[in-house]
Amino acid sequence: MENEAGALSRVAGLFSARGYNIESLTVAPTEDATLSRMTIVTRGSDDVIEQINKQLNKLVDVIKLQDLSDGSHIERELMLVKVRAVGEGREEMKRMADIFRGNIIDVTEKSYTIELTGDGKKLTAFLEAIDPSAILETVRTGTSGIARGERILKI
Amino acid sequence: MKSLVLAPFQHLVCSTMADTELTGAEIVIRCLHAEGVKHVFGYPGGAVLNIYDEIYKQDGFKHILVRHEQAAVHAADAYARSTGQVGVALVTSGPGATNAVTGIATAYMDSIPMVVITGQVPTAAIGMDAFQEVDTVGITRPCVKHNFLVKDVRELAETMKKAFYIAATGRPGPVVVDIPKDVTQNTCAFVYPESVSMRSYNPTSKGHTGQIKKAAQMLLEAKRPMLYVGGGAVLGNGAEPVRALARKLGFPVASTLMGLGAFPEPDPQNLGMLGMHGTYEANMAMQHCDVLLAIGARFDDRVIGNPKHFGKEARRIIHIDVDPSSISKRVRVDVPIVGAVDQVLTDMLKQIDGVPDATALKAWWAQIELWRAQDCMKYDRASPVIKPQAVVEALYKVTGGAAFVASDVGQHQMWAAQYYKFNEPRRWINSGGLGTMGFGLPAAMGIAMAHPDAPVVCITGEGSIQMNIQELSTCKEHKLPIKVILLNNGVLGMVRQWQEFFYEERYSESYVTSLPDFTMLAEAYGHVGMKIERPEDVEPALIKAFTEHKDELVFMNFITDPRENVYPMIPAGKGLSEMILI
Ligand SMILES: Cc1cc2nc3c(=O)[nH]c(=O)nc-3n(C[C@H](O)[C@H](O)[C@H](O)COP(=O)(O)OP(=O)(O)OC[C@H]3O[C@@H](n4cnc5c(N)ncnc54)[C@H](O)[C@@H]3O)c2cc1C
Ligand SMILES: Cc1ncc(C[n+]2csc(CCOP(=O)(O)OP(=O)(O)O)c2C)c(N)n1
Ligand SMILES: [Mg+2]
Repeated sequence: MENEAGALSRVAGLFSARGYNIESLTVAPTEDATLSRMTIVTRGSDDVIEQINKQLNKLVDVIKLQDLSDGSHIERELMLVKVRAVGEGREEMKRMADIFRGNIIDVTEKSYTIELTGDGKKLTAFLEAIDPSAILETVRTGTSGIARGERILKI
Repeated sequence: MKSLVLAPFQHLVCSTMADTELTGAEIVIRCLHAEGVKHVFGYPGGAVLNIYDEIYKQDGFKHILVRHEQAAVHAADAYARSTGQVGVALVTSGPGATNAVTGIATAYMDSIPMVVITGQVPTAAIGMDAFQEVDTVGITRPCVKHNFLVKDVRELAETMKKAFYIAATGRPGPVVVDIPKDVTQNTCAFVYPESVSMRSYNPTSKGHTGQIKKAAQMLLEAKRPMLYVGGGAVLGNGAEPVRALARKLGFPVASTLMGLGAFPEPDPQNLGMLGMHGTYEANMAMQHCDVLLAIGARFDDRVIGNPKHFGKEARRIIHIDVDPSSISKRVRVDVPIVGAVDQVLTDMLKQIDGVPDATALKAWWAQIELWRAQDCMKYDRASPVIKPQAVVEALYKVTGGAAFVASDVGQHQMWAAQYYKFNEPRRWINSGGLGTMGFGLPAAMGIAMAHPDAPVVCITGEGSIQMNIQELSTCKEHKLPIKVILLNNGVLGMVRQWQEFFYEERYSESYVTSLPDFTMLAEAYGHVGMKIERPEDVEPALIKAFTEHKDELVFMNFITDPRENVYPMIPAGKGLSEMILI
């Protein structure tokens, strides 16, 4: 879509005004600074998804739309988790981060901050795998997506 | 170049450059001239004073000072509805913009091309809770086709061009251009772009050839065909091809409230209006047809009633609409055609290379005539009190069906739609989608400005007229000879009707007491007032209004039966064949 002030609120407003659900929404400028790319994760019956597609296309700022779930695609989300890391839990936490291919990017005597990427399911699985009482804070970016193979979204 | 000039000289440089540069305010005016705008409806205030100062100096268009911003927007809207050109309104920031919102939403719901220019506080003051600041772009976002905040005078001309382009093309709609005061002061060179191209906005007008072929074939195969004509046929100047297609095929035609006039109503092929208050024959035919061609209509809940009930009968649906999101929104269709009605129908006509099944069509018409024989529009013509339907019928007779009829919202609106037989598109001007009481009188003003020699009436109720009655003053100033037809039943009739039918006659707050003496009120504004209380006086009064007082605004207060209801009626949530008949 056009990288214009207000474009994001048009999309967000459309979803709330028409009662569509947004599971996540990510947006940032692309290599062409006049454009930004947004990934929206939503849920609905085929009819609702069809309407969402049409309504989004109708927004004047939207240039092109692709339903990634029409084909095979890759989803990635970034999560930062601050966890308590003390005593024997400290070693265990590092082991879990390794298993999930997370990176520990900040360390204090009592905590780790772990960076984890993957699809939403993997991130949730990590949170379920560790001791819930050790979780101090989490922040997730929401999903970004891209089609597999040669299929591209470009204007 | 400028950057080479030393600071102390900068002022000098700017002032000499001012010869070739225009202020934002001048640019606004020049853009409106370039767009061929002849009328602007508006109301001044601090944020638009620079623009108003430039209006003072020009005579390319006429500015009509309304008495409330809502009226400016309705007037511009009706101007557009009656001419097909983009309507223009101009209001100040803050309360000017918020007063305009109802008008903008009204136009949005009915897809009316309009540009609304709103003043805004200076860019540096935005976000500071400045005097008369509101987030106009934010407030109007859900009820505009698009909107812009112009942050730099150098973007102004192009933005204006885009605004007109977006408003008028594709599915039309209102566009708001919010201009901060400093932008109207700042200067730059003025070039009005000849055309715009926007990579993110490319409406389609030509329909898919294969789909059109398929549709033509389907129409020829139909046993019980039906044309369902909507507002898009009026907005998209599709009346001619609609008529040509209907006549070529001999199919029955019915219209939505917004499509009235696209096909001539007195024509025997016309079944009348569809929907909640549509005719028995139109609704029954809609329910029982086997091939339905929807032309610029959006399967509104007031038209097809309950979609589940509608879906009970098997039928194949062809849907022509310029907006893909109107297609398969409430009802699944078999042959979607995205395109402009005039182009698609013209192409479709060329594809029709046979004749329909004459035997089947004859049987279908025989069935329709049986439905028509129900005479669902009958009412008590011998009533000792004035029946509202009789006033509309008399109006039709007296004006020869040639008037522009603006309406407010309520029972009177339905009676106007049912009993005035529109021969031409763009003559019936009403708020269908939003149903805005207060629309009628300002709408009539917009029409009267656009068509100074045509008869213009405003059919209204005593509830609705009081929602913008201050505009009688604007009408006086501009000598607009509107005939206000007040169907005064002393009640918020449409509300009362629902309370009678669905709330066991608990008439909660639907009786309007302490009504003004409308004759005196009209006279106070300098107009002619009339009160008509007996059925036999209806026609003579109308004749008098249209002859003796041809050039004056006549406020005609018809005292009508307070208990009359609009029939037929499909209760909300019911199906097309579940009508309440009289
Ligand atoms: C009190 C009250 C009672 C009402 N009762 C009824 C009733 O009994 N019957 C009834 O019909 N309505 C009734 N309405 C009106 C109703 O609410 C809707 O406004 C109306 O039915 C919609 O009409 P439409 O389907 O023709 O669509 P419109 O709102 O006119 O929409 C036009 C459609 O055409 C498309 N279009 C626009 N331009 C073009 C083009 N150039 N080419 C192709 N497509 C185009 C648009 O995308 C849109 O889908 C009532 C309203 C009120 C206030
Ligand atoms: C601004 C606004 N407020 C409320 C309504 C709800 N409403 C629809 S019809 C109606 C009654 C209209 O009364 P009147 O103008 O006297 O017309 P009548 O139905 O009596 O002919 C009301 C209150 C509306 N459509 N618009
Ligand atoms: Mg009334």
